[in-house]
Amino acid sequence: MVTNAASFGRSGVHDFIFIRASGIILACYTLFLVGFFACNAPMTYEAWSGLYSTIGMKVFTLIALIALLIHAWIGTWQVLTDYIKCTKLRGLLQFIFVITAFTYLAVGTITVWGV
Amino acid sequence: MKLNFSVYRYNPDVDTKPYMKDYTLEVKEGSDMMVLDALILLKEQDSTLAFRRSCREGVCGSDGINMNGKNGLACITPVSTFNGKKIEIRPLPGMPVVRDLIVDLTQFYKQYEKIKPYLINDERTPAREHLQSIEDRAHLDGLYECIMCACCSTACPSFWWNPDKFVGPSGLLHAYRFLIDSRDTATEERLAELDDAYSVFRCHGIMNCVDVCPKGLNPTKAIGHIKSMLLKRAV
Repeated sequence: MVTNAASFGRSGVHDFIFIRASGIILACYTLFLVGFFACNAPMTYEAWSGLYSTIGMKVFTLIALIALLIHAWIGTWQVLTDYIKCTKLRGLLQFIFVITAFTYLAVGTITVWGV
Repeated sequence: MKLNFSVYRYNPDVDTKPYMKDYTLEVKEGSDMMVLDALILLKEQDSTLAFRRSCREGVCGSDGINMNGKNGLACITPVSTFNGKKIEIRPLPGMPVVRDLIVDLTQFYKQYEKIKPYLINDERTPAREHLQSIEDRAHLDGLYECIMCACCSTACPSFWWNPDKFVGPSGLLHAYRFLIDSRDTATEERLAELDDAYSVFRCHGIMNCVDVCPKGLNPTKAIGHIKSMLLKRAV
């Protein structure tokens, strides 16, 4: 068995499940937003603000942001371990990507729950 | 009729870097031959040309090479496949070149060794042999036929990037051959060895292996079955 510490899941199966589950959540979130835009054209500030002021949308957005973090973490780790052979550089890039994903999660959460 | 070839040449004892060398073969109009036969004729022209071959009938898997960008066995690939176009012959991609068309397959064999390619049975040894039902035996069809020519693994980008960690399509085809074997009792141990982020899950199902397999096997399908077994074990 090949061991690694930088991936998100504890095993290959965990990563496999996480990346697909988070992908489904992100696809649902995207489809929902596309549907919302299509049903509320032309979009107004009131409609947009009204959508995000509901508790359901706040929770859905928070779940989507967490899914984005997981999806980006596993995805970038897979790409980096394929193409970046220098361990120090790969570690640094992985660190930057993960911090960026956490920043999106933190800022997104504060923004959405501030509406 | 003239057959044109461009062949990868590299002798580390003499050459500073690899290069492509052009050859022409004069053959009878309308005739056909296998690429291996052409290589043997080219070797008569240029005895320094090095390549592997053994059985000459697609059974031993020695002469896996890359022909016009696609891996295959030279001995069962007719020259006519290329419709008279110049045939570019290179060694199997991603592997260290020993000389000309000969590659070092150590990493490929290490991955094969890793999956324990032998029957493990901790039950009492039967007096004569381990018997299988016809149905159980049928599960092995499409798996045991692999001749380990390495055409599939060397066509796989995941194997190019991580040959030390990703088992590769050939190794995984063999792994499934033992996982599904009703006589093998080490299924749990075999799956535990494969449950990491590289060994199996680096396969993203692009099916290059299926495209190039000279025996018409389907390693992607076998890998899918292994992933299902790992999922069932985990969930």
